Amino acid sequence: MTNWLNVQELSMHFGGLVALDSMDLEVRPNEIVALIGPNGAGKTTFFNCITGIYTPTSGNILVTPPEKESVRANGMKPNKITELGMARTFQNIRLFPELTVLENVMIGRHCRMKAGILGAALLTRRTREEEHRTVAHCYGLLQRFGLDQHANDLAKNLPYGAQRRLEIIRAMATDPFLLLLDEPAAGMNIAETRDLENLIKKIRDEDKISILLIEHDMSLVMSLAENIFVLDYGRLIARGAPEEIKNNPAVIKAYLGEDIDA
Amino acid sequence: MSETQLKTGYLLSEIKKSLLISVWFMFLTFPIMVIRVNTVENYIRWRWGNMVMIGVGTFFISWVWRWMMSRKEAGRRHAETLGEDAEKLPFIQRIMENQKIRVPGLLVIALFVLGFPHVFSPYQTNIMITALIYVMLGLGLNIVVGVAGLLDLGYVAFYAVGAYSYALLNHNFGVGFWTALPIGAICAMIFGILLGFPVLRLRGDYLAIVTLGFGEIIRLVLQNWGEFSNGPAGIKNIDRPGFFGMQMDLAGNMTYLFYLMVLLVIFTIFIVNRLQNSRLGRAWLALREDEIACQAMGIDKHKTKLTAFALGATWAGFAGVIFAAKTTFVNPSSFTFMESAMILSMVVLGGMGSIPGVIIAAFVLILLPEYLRAFSEYRMLLFGAAMVMMMVFRPGGLIQNVQRRYKYGIEELQSVERNSHD
Repeated sequence: MTNWLNVQELSMHFGGLVALDSMDLEVRPNEIVALIGPNGAGKTTFFNCITGIYTPTSGNILVTPPEKESVRANGMKPNKITELGMARTFQNIRLFPELTVLENVMIGRHCRMKAGILGAALLTRRTREEEHRTVAHCYGLLQRFGLDQHANDLAKNLPYGAQRRLEIIRAMATDPFLLLLDEPAAGMNIAETRDLENLIKKIRDEDKISILLIEHDMSLVMSLAENIFVLDYGRLIARGAPEEIKNNPAVIKAYLGEDIDA
Repeated sequence: MSETQLKTGYLLSEIKKSLLISVWFMFLTFPIMVIRVNTVENYIRWRWGNMVMIGVGTFFISWVWRWMMSRKEAGRRHAETLGEDAEKLPFIQRIMENQKIRVPGLLVIALFVLGFPHVFSPYQTNIMITALIYVMLGLGLNIVVGVAGLLDLGYVAFYAVGAYSYALLNHNFGVGFWTALPIGAICAMIFGILLGFPVLRLRGDYLAIVTLGFGEIIRLVLQNWGEFSNGPAGIKNIDRPGFFGMQMDLAGNMTYLFYLMVLLVIFTIFIVNRLQNSRLGRAWLALREDEIACQAMGIDKHKTKLTAFALGATWAGFAGVIFAAKTTFVNPSSFTFMESAMILSMVVLGGMGSIPGVIIAAFVLILLPEYLRAFSEYRMLLFGAAMVMMMVFRPGGLIQNVQRRYKYGIEELQSVERNSHD
């Protein structure tokens, strides 16, 4: 089977600064992949490149949605990438704070809906049915991930852990085949992190999608990921299964610095 | 300390605060309110009476002000202790959702509207038509500013485009009102898109400045391009709207225009309400809340912005055509920045994104100055004071917009599921 996401020699320069230097990464079908590295290694820049917020300086981003043709996604607009089936969350939560939880999820559904201005103004049968289906679908998602009792609360009033969860649900509403999570466990306590771990596994197993996550919580990464990519100063310094990464000298050096005695 | 001692202590400190404020104000206003130099006879008149009045006045006002603030604080604390259940719908919303009040209420409003031009004088009808035009403008701008969060300070430009397209078409080609109504709206829409393109990348303050400039450009072009628009002299003798070629006197025409305007406003409310609760409306809200997250959710930012600008402008175009038909005369001085500011105040005062709020604010801002002509000298002062008070005590507007609560019963969900499988 072909990889769902194939990134080849991706480079991103900001003026003289090389944020990403010839980065490679693959995501296979139905796989959890982690991207780790010290602060400032270029992880979020990488996310922004593949989700269309930045246009990479050089390299290739090949996206192959399941049972569809490959697409070169360099410089595609963010909304087109989402339409293609790659949905993301943000490092610092970016919900729509003044809207209700259900509305947040319904906005995630936007790109899978068709109603136009005329349909909305005339409230045609098709628009009405679509609207009903959307409410039902989104409410179903909330039920499935345990936020249905908050459906009518404003997003800003949710507790922190629930906001993180809502961001994932909102991304799930876009029907992705690849979910990109930018530090989903940041700021969470141990119990919340364990919930998150279960949530990510559940999504992978039930929805048959792949997940690419950036994370600093090593225990979470080691127990979740099947494949780990390590970035340092914009370069890929290691890749492989969790066990290999744990014992990789280059990774230990990047995280802990050089051992003087060695 | 006993409770009475506490209370007296509190009272004393309050009196001290108010005294300080009044002394400060007396000092500040001393040069303008007390000293009066008579340059002809070369002497200075000391008007100590004014000083006393200012002292007493500020003492009193600061007292009332702090009393209101403490009440507001108490209300907030009360709401917090009650928790989320205390979050209730605003008064108007509760009335509108109460079936018992709603039906008779709508009937009374309908009767009032139907009878208005027959009971009151044409002058009153005329004012009412103006107010209704502003309701329409307010609802149009509400799409752009209130829902999509794009601060547009040049909205009056589209109003001008609508008015001038009817005026010019009528003056040069004798085009009638009914033909010009859609044409004016489409012209305004095109201008909305024209403005939309260059500002797609801008937001917030930058957007406000560009739209402000755009509004002025339109006005200055109309003012200075004499061959096209007849310059500051304007265009006169524009036809009033016809009704199947019927001849009407001025009063009859006012009545007709009034009913027409009522219908158009109802039409506007209807459409705007539906759009707000649609897929497109949610996209606008998302755009207002967070542009980057909005794009990440698969919403085409540029298209969504352009539709907001275009639709807002369309309604200004409609209103412009009606304005031209009502006054039978247009010139550039009707479309100054003050008008834009006025319409924007309606949206802000009424409550961003709230349809009933904008309607009420439009009536308040247009009708109050008309009926308070006695105080016309202080109009701007009162207006400013009212705005400041509003922002302090009701920052969300007269009728704050309440996010829509979607209803879903288990049965309803199941029936939808069934239907989708059929």
